[in-house]
This record gives sequence, structure tokens and C-alpha cells, in this order.
Amino acid sequence: MLCLGIEATAHTVGIGIVEQNNGKCNVLSNVLKIYRPEQGGIHPREAANHHTIYIADLIKESINVANVSFSEIDLISFSKGPGLGPCLRTGATAARALSLTLDKPLIGVNHCVAHLEIGRGTLNDCNDPVLLYTSGANTQVIAFAEGRYRVFGETLDIGIGNCLDKFGRTVGLDFPCGPAIEKLAVNGKKYLDLPYTIKGMDIAFSGLLTAAEQYYRANKSLEDICYSIQETTFAALTEVTERAMAHTEKDEVLLGGGVAANKKLREMVQIMAKERGASFFVPSKDLCIDNGAMIAWLGVLMYNSGIRLKVENSFIDQRFRTDMVDVTWRD
Amino acid sequence: MTKEKIIYQGAEAKICKSKYMDFDVVKKRRIKKSYRIREIDNRLIFYRTKEESKLMTEARKFGVSVPIIFDVDTKNGIITMEFLVGKRIKDILNDLSEKERIRICKMIGESIAKLHNNNIIHGDITTSNMIYQDDRIHFIDFGLGEKNGEIEAKGVDLHVLMEAIESTHSRYSNCFDYVLEGYKNKLKNDGNLVIKKIAEIVKRGRYR
Repeated sequence: MLCLGIEATAHTVGIGIVEQNNGKCNVLSNVLKIYRPEQGGIHPREAANHHTIYIADLIKESINVANVSFSEIDLISFSKGPGLGPCLRTGATAARALSLTLDKPLIGVNHCVAHLEIGRGTLNDCNDPVLLYTSGANTQVIAFAEGRYRVFGETLDIGIGNCLDKFGRTVGLDFPCGPAIEKLAVNGKKYLDLPYTIKGMDIAFSGLLTAAEQYYRANKSLEDICYSIQETTFAALTEVTERAMAHTEKDEVLLGGGVAANKKLREMVQIMAKERGASFFVPSKDLCIDNGAMIAWLGVLMYNSGIRLKVENSFIDQRFRTDMVDVTWRD
Repeated sequence: MTKEKIIYQGAEAKICKSKYMDFDVVKKRRIKKSYRIREIDNRLIFYRTKEESKLMTEARKFGVSVPIIFDVDTKNGIITMEFLVGKRIKDILNDLSEKERIRICKMIGESIAKLHNNNIIHGDITTSNMIYQDDRIHFIDFGLGEKNGEIEAKGVDLHVLMEAIESTHSRYSNCFDYVLEGYKNKLKNDGNLVIKKIAEIVKRGRYR
């Protein structure tokens, strides 16, 4: 089965084509364009306009890269949510148009669940992981329990990527600020005390952000501040992930989301996994960030488990939570 | 030297069974984590060991069941405490009769109210951190706790339990309502203020 997936929840518009091969996911193409605001944070309408400009060409490009024809596509999948309304609607509109034109079934999927499933689908021996999902908007610790992907821990205020971006903007770094902060942090030497906020398995970053900005205004070395931000936030993320693993008694950990590209975060979670005898997994970078292939893959899993969606019911849902999805494709 | 046996490895500590004089005890040893830098690790281990033993002692004073503490070693992050033979609420809650489950949940709520009446915030109220023994709920693992009288802190404390019940006991998620019933009965101040705060905290979360 060939499925074309459309991702458009926030900055990224992405198209991916995947096929199912012995129960695993084979990515045939995965192309994307990222909207970069000239200044400030994301503007939903501007982002949606950006997606509208590129989406048709990206669809053609995905077909060419995969070396298939439109008539071979069996299923169209799109990000139903969570995300920004205007962006989601752009992706959904393209998906409906394709579905009706090609006369192929349509399916709407949860973006966060797709981040987890692409790990299980593309990595060997990754079967029942705890996912640490870290991106601009999202910071969640997710695992399968009692028929659903449950959120065991999540941010109580802002996502970790958003925290890094906000700090980066204050000190004049370009979006996305995570990579720039990672570079600066390498040369940091002195640890500056920052709030370390964990409530059970939940986590919060806004206090730390304020404290870090105060250090900057007090003319502390930017390298030291970046180093301290990374060490503190990533330690807290690693700790809540480990707590969720102990709580759910699972011995696999998976990373996902844009911040999973950060080497320091990978290293810390990997050490944690090793020390508790667990397996560590991280998908390739193009499958960690927002992308169409993961949307296509979750579409395949859902369709094969019997889920059907009519075009007239193909609404988007900006607040589509991870734990609202009935996981019909797993025991 | 008494032989020690690891009976449980949590996320941040090893729980070993041991002897202290003639008593059966557990030693909770906080583990050094090599994924975090020494400055953070030392700060967390020292602070949490100190806070945990302090809060447990206080909780006991105010009539909440906790293991008796025999010894505290903040330098090495070890608390030596009474060995409890009971079962974790997490392991028994789903298998209880409806009537019994309601009774236990109310008891849990009453105990939390006693903590909150004295401004003790547990910090990690999950059903794994409650042990049922001698028809009493014993609270363990105060490592993320603090002293705080604010309604916000009390709301967050209960919100952690709400999430734990939703994720681990999803078939019986009305359990939390009974916890709140017990809580309101025993809380000195107006429990509805805290309950309203919980709803606000839920809405603050993403996509709510």
C-alpha cells in the first residue's frame, strides 16, 4: 500500500510517500519547506500563506522523488491536529482535493502520535517505547497504556523549543534558535544556577526562561548562559522521561520532534537509558522534525485497522490531544 | 555490615532492604546521574534528601501515615526508614470492589487534605507512591515536595494525582472525584477554591 501524507501543523509544510513492507515503514520520499519569519515568532496566517505557495509543487516533487505515479497512490493522509488553524486548513484542503481528484480514501491523523509511530515503524526492535517528544510547541512524555497513547508528563507552560526560541530572540539569534544555542553552549564553562521545575512527571520552563534573560541583562557570558540552559532543561527532560519509564515499567526510550536533533539532549537520554539497561532509539533527523512521511505512515496503520473518514467529516482539530486517539492498530 | 538487597529501582533512587538495629528497614539511596553535570546532581540529591526527610517527619506529626525515619545522610543521599509490608495502591486499585475503591479513594483525599492543611505539598502524588497497610494509606517519596501554603501549589499537587489516575487507572477515572470528596471533607479551608484551581491548571495545559 502506498500512502501520501501531508503535514502542515506549524512552520513546516511537508509531503511524504511511504509503503508498508513486512509491517515496517519504507519511506519513498519526504520533502518539505520551512516558513521562517523575518522577525519575531510564527504568524499563523503568514505561515499558512507560505504553505499555500509551496504545497502543490511539493506534492509533485514527492511523486517524482518516490518515482511513482499519482494513480499508484492508495491513500491520502493529513495532519488533523494539533496545530495552528490556518496551517492545518491548508494541509487538509490539499488532502481533500487530492482525495477527490484521485478518487482515493482520505484519513486524518494526530501529529503527536505520528512522531511516535514513525519511530516504531522505521527502527528495528523499537516496539513499545516511552517517547520524549520535544519540539517548538510540544513537550510531552508519551507511552502506550490501556488502549491509548497516554501523556504521562508534559510541559505546564511552554514547549522546550519555544523556550529556546524565546531566549534566542531576546539575545538576537536567528530562528530556529536551538542549533545556535547548542553551538554557543559548547564553549560555556561556568554553570549558572537556574530553576529546575518538575511537578511529578510534568515540567515547566517559563521561570527558567525569565532567570536566563536576567543573566543576559546582567551581562553574564552568553556561552555560559546557553550551557546552563541546556544542562538544566535537558536534565529535567531526561529525568521526567526516566520517571515515566519507571512508572510504566517500559525499557525502551524514543526521541522525536525538532529538539531531538540536539546532540546534548541525545547524549543525556542515551546515558540515562544505558544506566537503567534500556534501549535508546532516535529516528533519522528528517523523520524527527515535522514531516509528511510520518503522517503517511500513521495513515497506513489507521486505515489498515479499519478506520475510514468521509471527506465531509474531515475536520481539523487545533486542540487534538494525543490521548484522544483510540489506538486500534495495537494490542 | 548487614546484607542489602535491592527491592526496587525507581527513576532516582535504589530501594534496598536492610536492617537497622533489629528493625527491618529500607534504605532509599539517591543515585548519582551521570547524564547531568555535578553542580545540578549534587544540588538535587542534597536538597531532595533533606526536604523529603523533613516533610515526612512533619507529615507524621500531623497524622498522615508515612514510614518512620531512622537515619538521614544528606551527604550520600540516603534515608533509612521503616520497611512497609503493604501493597502499592497502583497495584490494587483496579481490582477492588466498587464500594471498597470509593472508600480507599476518600481516605486518600482525606490524607492529602491533612497534608495541605499544614501546607505540606507532596510533589508527586501518584498511586505508586501510596502503600496500603493496616487499613491506612502510607505516603512515600516526598522528594519533589515543599512547604507552600498557596492554593496554586495545592492545586498542582492534586493535578499530578488526577493525571496519574487518568493514565494508569483510566477505566476508573471517577476515582479522582471520590478523592476530591474526601479532600473537601477534611480540608480546613474551602476545598472548592483548590478544586476550581485544578480546573484552571488543566486549561492552562496545551490543547485543553
